Amino acid sequence: MSFVRRVVAIARKDLLAEWRDRESFSAMFFFAFLVLFLFNFALGGDQTLIRGASSGLLWLAFTFTSVLGLARSVQGELENDCLDGLLLYPAPREAIYLGKLLVNFTVILVVELVIFPLFAVLYNMDLWSRLPKLLLIAVPGTIGFAAAGTLLSAMTAGLKARDAMLPFLLFPLTIPLILSAVKGTEVVLRGDPFELAVPWLKLMVAFDTVILVASLLTFEYLVEE
Amino acid sequence: MVTPDAEGRMPGPAPAVETRRLVKWYGGYPALRGIDLCVAPGEILALFGSNGAGKTTLLRILAGRVRPTAGTARVAGFEVGKGGDSARGAIGTLAHGHQLYETLTASENLAFAAAMLGLDRAGERIAQVLLRVGLKAAAGSSVRTLSSGMKRRLALAKLMLRECKVILLDEPYASLDLQATKLLEEFLMASKIGGAATILATHNLTMGFGVADRLAILRQGRLVFEGRRDETSLDAFRALFSLHGELGEVE
Repeated sequence: MSFVRRVVAIARKDLLAEWRDRESFSAMFFFAFLVLFLFNFALGGDQTLIRGASSGLLWLAFTFTSVLGLARSVQGELENDCLDGLLLYPAPREAIYLGKLLVNFTVILVVELVIFPLFAVLYNMDLWSRLPKLLLIAVPGTIGFAAAGTLLSAMTAGLKARDAMLPFLLFPLTIPLILSAVKGTEVVLRGDPFELAVPWLKLMVAFDTVILVASLLTFEYLVEE
Repeated sequence: MVTPDAEGRMPGPAPAVETRRLVKWYGGYPALRGIDLCVAPGEILALFGSNGAGKTTLLRILAGRVRPTAGTARVAGFEVGKGGDSARGAIGTLAHGHQLYETLTASENLAFAAAMLGLDRAGERIAQVLLRVGLKAAAGSSVRTLSSGMKRRLALAKLMLRECKVILLDEPYASLDLQATKLLEEFLMASKIGGAATILATHNLTMGFGVADRLAILRQGRLVFEGRRDETSLDAFRALFSLHGELGEVE
């Protein structure tokens, strides 16, 4: 019970701070808008090209904006030595990791839910009828990306070059996940039977399981000095 | 006069803090060079030293935040870095940075601390400590709107939320006004009576000397002086501290 209480306390504290500031959310939203807008310009009006690249574009926007949010989630803890204070509490390190993961997952998912309609409008695509299936792909993709990102953002928190190191470590690590998510999304956007996306979905669930277990086992050692 | 035994242990109850040949290197820089230290339950040790002497490093090792390069340290019966949550639960710290979340209110910061400490009846306890540190009226104010002195009081309130076996204070007098200083000293005396061992690292000779049972001077990672406060005067200790400061500069 006390484990869950601590996970909830961390998540509540971070979400409350985010709600008050909306700092991460605003930065992520405007960045996502810029990415989608610039790609729209780059691809021009060629609908065939856009449809072919749409799932990749969508996940580029998700991952780029997520990195921004992940970096900011640690930045809040670095002010006033709060990270030190957090690690001095008699709380299991796993609870701290899961609390942070819950926050990162929620913030990224909310931004994704904003990106979907933005993408539909900018690229003139009908996403509404496909939204439930898209979410079936987006949720495990987001869990895995947030899980790896939470671990790596904590690991790089003490580095001067943390803003550069986080994407440098995160993107290669999550290639299998991003690839699966792009392929799964492609199946849904093309309107193919969902069964074709199931192998990619399974791969994402496997990635999520491995990264979650690995993170829970290593988080303690990565945050100690 | 109380003297250590053949193994360097102080007579009386088992020490609440004990370090043996504690060494810490940061890259090629030796922050601590073999510290042997004992603090008994209910004892206050004031640790003095100029910037870079190793005070904060020593406190961070004892708090379990930094791994020593060599040597051992036991705090509240736990070997540092191995006691996990039980060890962390026994230690209370007041760090150089106030460790408060600026976007949250004063009471939200304390509520978060209470949840992380696993305290029951937190609301009642939070109201009590806010009243005690004189921040009852600011309970609903965002921390970013508080003055640095008020933030320091709030950090003190966080420390007051529960009883600890070991209290580690890093520059506790920074930004504290007279009233808050008195409050801190009352808290230290109450903790002492309750059996808590306290290590207080400070530059403030007068304040540290006034509250301590024992005094120690760190110079470039070495413990160069350790003695009981009642065996010296403030002026004599000030002269000794100045001498070590000058020696440190020469070294």
